Amino acid sequence: MEPVIEISNLSFSYPDGKQALEGINLLVQPGEKIALVGANGAGKSTLLYHLNGIFTGSGMIRVNQLELNKNNLPRVRAMVGLVFQNPDDQLFSPTVYEDVAYGPTYQGLDPHTVREKVALALKAVHMEDYAQRNPYHLSSGEKKKIAIATVLSMQPQILAFDEPTAGLDPRARRELIDLLLELQQTMIIATHDMNMVEQLTPRTILLNHGKIVADGPSLDILRNDRLLMTNGLI
Amino acid sequence: MRELYTPNHSAVHRIDARVKVIFTLAFIVFLNLTPSGAWPAYILFFTWMFSLSLSSRLGIAFVLKRSLLALPFVLAALPLVFTGPAPLGQIPVLNTPSLTYSVVGFYRFASIAIKAWVSVMAAVLLAATTRFPDLLTAFSQLKVPALFLTIIGLMWRYLFVISDEVTRMLIARTSRSATAPGSNRSGGSLFWRARVTGGMAGSLFLRSIERSDRVYAAMLSRGYTGQPAAQKTTRLQKKDLLALAAGVILLVLLWLLGVITGG
Repeated sequence: MEPVIEISNLSFSYPDGKQALEGINLLVQPGEKIALVGANGAGKSTLLYHLNGIFTGSGMIRVNQLELNKNNLPRVRAMVGLVFQNPDDQLFSPTVYEDVAYGPTYQGLDPHTVREKVALALKAVHMEDYAQRNPYHLSSGEKKKIAIATVLSMQPQILAFDEPTAGLDPRARRELIDLLLELQQTMIIATHDMNMVEQLTPRTILLNHGKIVADGPSLDILRNDRLLMTNGLI
Repeated sequence: MRELYTPNHSAVHRIDARVKVIFTLAFIVFLNLTPSGAWPAYILFFTWMFSLSLSSRLGIAFVLKRSLLALPFVLAALPLVFTGPAPLGQIPVLNTPSLTYSVVGFYRFASIAIKAWVSVMAAVLLAATTRFPDLLTAFSQLKVPALFLTIIGLMWRYLFVISDEVTRMLIARTSRSATAPGSNRSGGSLFWRARVTGGMAGSLFLRSIERSDRVYAAMLSRGYTGQPAAQKTTRLQKKDLLALAAGVILLVLLWLLGVITGG
């Protein structure tokens, strides 16, 4: 099977000169669920932001055989749904409906199709009754689900999450993990939540100072206390 | 967003912030009191500011680029060219004399443009060579009401936080602005995009209000009473006072030159 994401020799440094990613090589197969772990500042979010071209480092990224470059950015963005850590950054419309409809509307789809896609996306996150609510006044867990719906409405094959369980109460966290288990898309999840990694993602990639230091079955990595200790995860 | 202050170790950076504040204000006041058309005085004002910028080692490009902030003032003065008193001239448009302009009006416009530009240069120089906390301290030592300074200080502090927030919102929107597979059109209608932008502004406003409530609660819980902490005032040194006095006297002389030569 062709890999859905192919990254070779990706390096990136911030404008202030700080090296954020160095020599990243990565193959992701369709349907895989992968955890991206590492201490704060290890480069997890930076790597996620490369998947849909928010950041552009040196090296090559291919999404669905399509090499990421300026010309096909809009197409790649339709394939990779990025869910940000703070849902408030992602939800900016007066109603949940309009927020979920943003992606399809921007794509210029006709109103009927947009309505269908919004309904499907809200159904997928079990939030059908929230369409006319104001996203600003929802709870953190509800906002998170709506944020996921806003990218699901574009029907991406790949979902990228930046710390999805951060700041959620235990029930909201459990519901979110259940939801992520239900969704069939390829997933890359940057997180510090090791319990979620154990439950949800068979494969783990460990980053430290912008480099991949381990890439393998989650259970092996989670049991390697020495590895977790040297990389600031316990 | 970057702050304007650029840490260098030039002579201009080392001057006491109070001296810089008073001198900059005096400079701007006298420059703008100079009558229109006093070209020799303008040249001297400009040269003075230009050499101060040079000695601050900020780089001329830095100061000139930031002084473009004066552009709105310049544009606001543009109508003077067409509404001033006689004698009137004609500018041919498409070979037919049609655009009327006033020579006096043009001189006034040019004077305002130069004054605005050099004034902004002075302000940029002040802000880029003085750390913001030092500026606030200088203002408070010059007896500016503490409440104003608290407001300005908090505004400056949270401007950066909010601009980061805006950046994150824009990134989140960009990553959902895509083209459907097998389609070439995207972007939506102008009206719809305006609505989205309005929604973003509204949500930013709500978030800022809630943040300000949290910040205020945190200030209260650390004992904030609305009264600023008493601070020690050091007296200006003699050489600072002398430099300031010399600067202001020179400004008065330049202004007199302007009054004599101006129209």
